[in-house]
Amino acid sequence: MKNYWLIIGTIIWFFTLLGAGKSLPKKYKNRLSEYGFFTGEIAQLQPATNVLPYQLNTPLFTDYAHKQRFVYIPEGKQAVYNDSSVLAFPIGTVLIKNFFYYHDERKPEKGRRILETRLLIREESGWIALPYVWNDEQTDAFLEPAGEVKSVTWRDLNGVRQTISHYQIPNINQCKGCHIAGKTITPIGPSARQLNGVYPYQKGTENQLIQLARLQKLSGLPDLAKVPRLANWQDASASIDARARAWLDINCGHCHNPKGPASTSGLMLDIHTQHPSALGIMKTPVAAGKGSGGLLYDIVPQHPDKSILVYRLQSTDPGIMMPEIGRTVVDKEGLALIREWIKQMPTP
Amino acid sequence: MNLPLTKLIGELLNRNVKMKHYYLLALGGIGFCWTASAQQDVQKALQNQFITVQPGDTIAITAGIFELEGTLWMDDKQNVVIRGQGKDRTVLSFKNQRSGAEGIKITNSRNIIVEELTVLDAKGDAIKVQQTENITFRHVKTAWSGKPKKTNGAYGFYPVNCKGVTIEYSESVGASDAGIYVGQSQDIVVRYCKAWHNVAGIEIENSLYADVHDNEVFNNTGGILVFDLPDLIQKKGGFVRVFNNHIHENNHINFAPKGNIVAKVPQGTGLLILATNNVEVFQNRIVNNISVGAGIMSYYMTEEPIKDKEYYPYPDKIHIHDNYFERPPVRATSKGRLGMMFRLKLKFGIDVPHILFDGISDAQRSEKMQICIRNNTNQTFANLDAGNDFKNVSRSLENFDCELPSLQPVIMKNAR
Repeated sequence: MKNYWLIIGTIIWFFTLLGAGKSLPKKYKNRLSEYGFFTGEIAQLQPATNVLPYQLNTPLFTDYAHKQRFVYIPEGKQAVYNDSSVLAFPIGTVLIKNFFYYHDERKPEKGRRILETRLLIREESGWIALPYVWNDEQTDAFLEPAGEVKSVTWRDLNGVRQTISHYQIPNINQCKGCHIAGKTITPIGPSARQLNGVYPYQKGTENQLIQLARLQKLSGLPDLAKVPRLANWQDASASIDARARAWLDINCGHCHNPKGPASTSGLMLDIHTQHPSALGIMKTPVAAGKGSGGLLYDIVPQHPDKSILVYRLQSTDPGIMMPEIGRTVVDKEGLALIREWIKQMPTP
Repeated sequence: MNLPLTKLIGELLNRNVKMKHYYLLALGGIGFCWTASAQQDVQKALQNQFITVQPGDTIAITAGIFELEGTLWMDDKQNVVIRGQGKDRTVLSFKNQRSGAEGIKITNSRNIIVEELTVLDAKGDAIKVQQTENITFRHVKTAWSGKPKKTNGAYGFYPVNCKGVTIEYSESVGASDAGIYVGQSQDIVVRYCKAWHNVAGIEIENSLYADVHDNEVFNNTGGILVFDLPDLIQKKGGFVRVFNNHIHENNHINFAPKGNIVAKVPQGTGLLILATNNVEVFQNRIVNNISVGAGIMSYYMTEEPIKDKEYYPYPDKIHIHDNYFERPPVRATSKGRLGMMFRLKLKFGIDVPHILFDGISDAQRSEKMQICIRNNTNQTFANLDAGNDFKNVSRSLENFDCELPSLQPVIMKNAR
């Protein structure tokens, strides 16, 4: 008899759990389409008024997904410029980031599959991060606080078939895990140094900061010559140091900075770090565990294969790899850049 | 039904095989097999609870073995209990984990209790808690199955940057760094716990005000470690009391991946104080640890360069009294750098003193270093004179026969 109760209990528990999670505050829409960020067929991602496209000089790697970014700034409001961190966006701002794969990267016109859209909404109390998962029909995306796992296949620029079998759409805590500074959520990308570059707008190519200022969506922008600019990590004309530091800044620096969750490691990879051991040079790990790979230092100049940093970038084991979340495969090109940077690094 | 799962039970728990069959039966009853999709559903369901739980609520997890594929993460919650049905009955298994570096992760929260469950085979750390005030673990087990190995996760219990940490009646097995680790935190109580088959049983690192008492710590590489390390945000630990513990047979081969500080801990270490100030060690039974009963060392013994200008690498105000020491007449370890030290420099043979002090003191300082050793049973001692290439190893306790005022007990504010 006792056995039956156990079984029944488990069944009830199971369904109770399945039903959980529908209880976020109602003001957050269940469907992406309800916000009205896009006009026409939603999968085309045609921005509505006050929704502006932007891109970053060096974006975060997410399993080779392409990203299309927009910012909605409410009518009559402006972001405020600063030279070191993310712009101060006004209440009501929404950052909209869409993750997609072309079916065939050689022929984008053959279409694409959008997997997810992540929103960062600036409330009076601070930023909120929300993940929306697109349906297979590509007619809308749906709020999914617990995240989702998807499989995706595409052909790369060489025509080779690629598959990500467990593409991870983050749950809202994982969103926050990266988007946190101190105790509050913050955007990571749209800083002046990241936006200081041109964008091919419909009406012509223009510097993104100039465009924002001209549309009166940005105040306090100084002369462009005085605005810092993060290197494009793929720009062969930039120095290897600038490219590597840009790549580390966006891929690692959001956690590995003095206010970030990885500050406990003592390793700081944000663009502002200057001290060699904070940057990992001949620094012993603190709580790496098997993440050390049996190596002694985070970075050994001229020896990428002796550097824990490289070991962790080239792993896909969740207990070893860095970043901890946001990828399931290796960023081969990013890894090659960091290897080269370490190889060329002068010995201290 | 599902082989790995069945094997898992066999392997790990001293549990009740029947119970687990009920769970499978239940799943079968509602038309599930233990498929990947059911696994994702359990993951999602539990993660949803972790996200939506309200202050005052309890997340109750029934008995059973639950296979999870990603970290269960709780953030920004107050007054929440996560409760299983017993550490041998409710098992969260991360053997097939695909994402996240921890089993359970709790961040930016206040007044959280985790009790009556096991976290098994996490890919990284078993339970990490960060930026949280008042976290309590009670009757919780973290374990890695199979023989201890370097591919196991680093930490079992891993509160870091926390205030108010209680870990009691809990157990940690198989961590490739420390089983019960508290780092860069303050106000800490670790009591009535068991730690075995870890590299370090219990470690208090760069943490202030800790009471570690009435634990049984055995068959690790090192039993209890009290460390202050450089290059960290919380610079200075100390005011740590270690008492009434049974620290025995910590002679396990060191299986930590190289590069980690614990990889340097010699096999056969009972207690090791590294560069920490204000530590009181009393009424412990420190028995049959073959290399170091109780060690008092500066950071220089790690042979790592110090680039952190604010870091103080010397131990000071260490008080070791009223402990019981015993060891078998065997040689200390010959493994690792410290094994080499025993073999080539110290040459104690089978007569290894219980209490070892590296003898490295702060020459810049006029005030005398205070290391007091008194009234221990079998209190043999050696000052290693390590700063002078072990030239004048001395077994005399003359300069160390003193007392320090007792440290104050840790008082937990608002503990639940």
